[in-house]
Amino acid sequence: MGRYVLRRLLQLIPVFIGTTFIIYCLVWALPGDPFAGRCGDRPCPPAYIAEMTEKYNLNDPVYVQYFKYLWQLLQGDFGDTYSGLAVNQLVANAYPITIRLAIIALIIEAVIGIGAGILAGLRGRGFLDSLVFMSTLFLISLPVFVTGFVLQVLLGTEWGIIRPSVSSQATWGELIVPGFVLGSLSMAYVSRLMRTSMMENKRADYVRTATAKGLHPRRVVGVHLLRNSMIPVITFLGTDLGALMGGAIVTEGIFNIRGIGGLIYDAVITKEGTTVTGIVTLLVLVYLLMNLLVDLLYAVLDPRIRYA
Amino acid sequence: MRKRRLTACVAVPLAVGLLASGCGGGGSATEEGFISVNSTEPENPLVPANTTETGGGNVVDAMFTGLVGYEPETSEPYNEVAESIDTQDNKVFTIKLKPGWTFHDGSPVTANSFVKAWNYAAYAPNGQSTTSFFEQVEGYDQVSPPDPDGDTGPQEAPEPTAQEMSGLRAVDDNTISVTLDAPFATWPTMLGYPAFSPMPESFFADPKAFEEHPIGNGPFKFESRQPNTDIKLVANDQYAGQNKPQIRGVEFRIYNELETAYQDLVSGNLDFVDQVPPSALVGDKWRTDLQDRVVDKEVLSNNALQLPMYDPKLKDPRVRHALSMAIDRKQITDTVFEGSYLPATGWVPSGPIKGYESGGCGQYCEYNPQEAKKLLDEAGGFPGPLTITSNSDGGHKEWVEAICNQLNTNLGVQCAFNPVPTFAEFLKMHDENAHTGPFRFGWLGDYPAAETFLGKVYRTGASSNYMRYSSPEFDAAMSRADQAPTEEESLRLYREAENILAKDMPSIPLWNQKAQSGYSDRISDVHVSFDRKLDVELVKLNP
Repeated sequence: MGRYVLRRLLQLIPVFIGTTFIIYCLVWALPGDPFAGRCGDRPCPPAYIAEMTEKYNLNDPVYVQYFKYLWQLLQGDFGDTYSGLAVNQLVANAYPITIRLAIIALIIEAVIGIGAGILAGLRGRGFLDSLVFMSTLFLISLPVFVTGFVLQVLLGTEWGIIRPSVSSQATWGELIVPGFVLGSLSMAYVSRLMRTSMMENKRADYVRTATAKGLHPRRVVGVHLLRNSMIPVITFLGTDLGALMGGAIVTEGIFNIRGIGGLIYDAVITKEGTTVTGIVTLLVLVYLLMNLLVDLLYAVLDPRIRYA
Repeated sequence: MRKRRLTACVAVPLAVGLLASGCGGGGSATEEGFISVNSTEPENPLVPANTTETGGGNVVDAMFTGLVGYEPETSEPYNEVAESIDTQDNKVFTIKLKPGWTFHDGSPVTANSFVKAWNYAAYAPNGQSTTSFFEQVEGYDQVSPPDPDGDTGPQEAPEPTAQEMSGLRAVDDNTISVTLDAPFATWPTMLGYPAFSPMPESFFADPKAFEEHPIGNGPFKFESRQPNTDIKLVANDQYAGQNKPQIRGVEFRIYNELETAYQDLVSGNLDFVDQVPPSALVGDKWRTDLQDRVVDKEVLSNNALQLPMYDPKLKDPRVRHALSMAIDRKQITDTVFEGSYLPATGWVPSGPIKGYESGGCGQYCEYNPQEAKKLLDEAGGFPGPLTITSNSDGGHKEWVEAICNQLNTNLGVQCAFNPVPTFAEFLKMHDENAHTGPFRFGWLGDYPAAETFLGKVYRTGASSNYMRYSSPEFDAAMSRADQAPTEEESLRLYREAENILAKDMPSIPLWNQKAQSGYSDRISDVHVSFDRKLDVELVKLNP
């Protein structure tokens, strides 16, 4: 087990270098001058462009630029934005908010999704099953910006129950509605995955054995059936947390949440290469660690899976 | 059935959420005595000489006061730090300062605070984005030498031969003497632009520390900044300017979506939105939402179609006039823009420039399809199809297609939109003279003067003369206007120069922009400036 974790952690190094290099090239090798539109419709003074080009090593070939950047990165410095702010600080401000939002979304999708999936899976082919089927279909077909905007206008502007935007503190309470919006799509997938998995395992031999042994139905379902049916759902939730970390662009935009999603979106639009590369690097790390965690959870859930 | 399930599904987490937010939401409202204003993240450090966009401009404007200020409604300049600005010939200016002005750190504002700040901004190696604002001052060429083969050429600009402009001098603590290269009557009006702000000694000692905690001399002091979230300023009780702040402070809140800012305004979480989103303009929804808490006035910004003079298809002025007269501007501003733009009648927007007589384009900007057709026929028709070029990352498709439709109907010209993916690529086409037809042009005035709309764009070799228009007659008229002894005389002469543009038509004026702002019922005395900023000196909180 220890060796397995170590091997997985060592794998981070080439992935880390590969992704940052690709992202760096994609961002900085784009055609067009990154400083062209920064002075409005008037052309920027050549002195300003020269200064900025110098500051971001843009006169060097792209791989030299990359190694200069990587060297900086290894010292723990993610560089400065065009406005002279440290990317470290931007990330430090935004990450706690995004983590809170992602956790809320994850809890909502796990609790409601798994709950609905279990109910539908246990009953099977009844009224409840159709109900879950219909409502998940409805959620899947609604784009996030529709759900977000409708809830914002109805609950925020029309009824005045919540603030239409999230304040700069972004407290847990304020993030519940955005978290619901963010988690709603995955929630539908989780419930469907859970239902299918339950239906399959319900007919499995070990369930029949457990029932034949005379175990209480609650124990059969709670310990034997659920534990095995959770495996695909855990995989999904694990990778989804990674996606929630970076993919909340639309939700964060609607509710004006100052998190990672909005930050990376802005940075892409304004061609802030240092910010984009820095955040993507962090996201890659989150993904890799989440995948590792999911793999380790497998062993806990299914004794047949062991990592030598 | 489906609906009930869905409501159940939605209701449970929401109920929890509402309970939680009901309890914990108190700390998020605007602080007592503060007003909140929508803004964007500053693109550059908060230094006046390096700020040209709105996000940073909002903050810098509130923190610094220059030699002159502008009346919010008329845009007329009045003296702030300056006691007097005297000149005999519009070439040599003697500026006297009022005593008693201090920076937020307590140090006095002296002639040197201005002279050093201006020299810093103009000196090329400092890489400030407003360097070119000082080009009229004598000796600018030495501190910021021009690139011998243009900005895009392979050669680099030579090293500056001086650190300070020879035309700029602090005579004593309260007197500045400025000599320009040539007479320029509009120059005093420019002095309210933030790039001309004074800077405290501490800035020159350590610019990096200054960026972390900027120190100005304006009505508001820097309090705190949470990058990408908000910037807070508090009122400066030592403020020596004409209007003392009436509020305790301002919070500039950063929004990614105008839509969200507007929702916040309507539900009372935000006090001012500088431009309501297009969705709220549809059917005048914003007036229903906000009732009389709206501002609707022309700002210093206009749009035009520039006609590349190097394109043989557009050589004949009759063709250019015909194109302009075949466009029904009113119809497009009403339908495509929902009334948020006004049809242009000239190259200078009329509203915010005091004393300027608008309408310089005359009959050529009036919709007259018969006359247009006649002119085009006289010129022998239009050879081949016409394309209108614009960057497509800023939502320009609708109005370009509307114009194309009108040209097609009225003149029978085959017209199509030619989108360029990004603004950066579009600017590159300007530099390379790569246009083969009309292209979009927007211009935002930095200070309320007619000159900024004419000289910077249409003079031979001007920095934004992307049409490569060159008319000795126009240049001469502009020089006459620049050197006019009085302001009235110069405004009259600028109008004459504008008439030459109408004759040559290097550009088709389209429309002028408006500020359509909204505010909450917490505030009153709301004035919006010519550059679409809330006047934070005058705004009051309702009791």
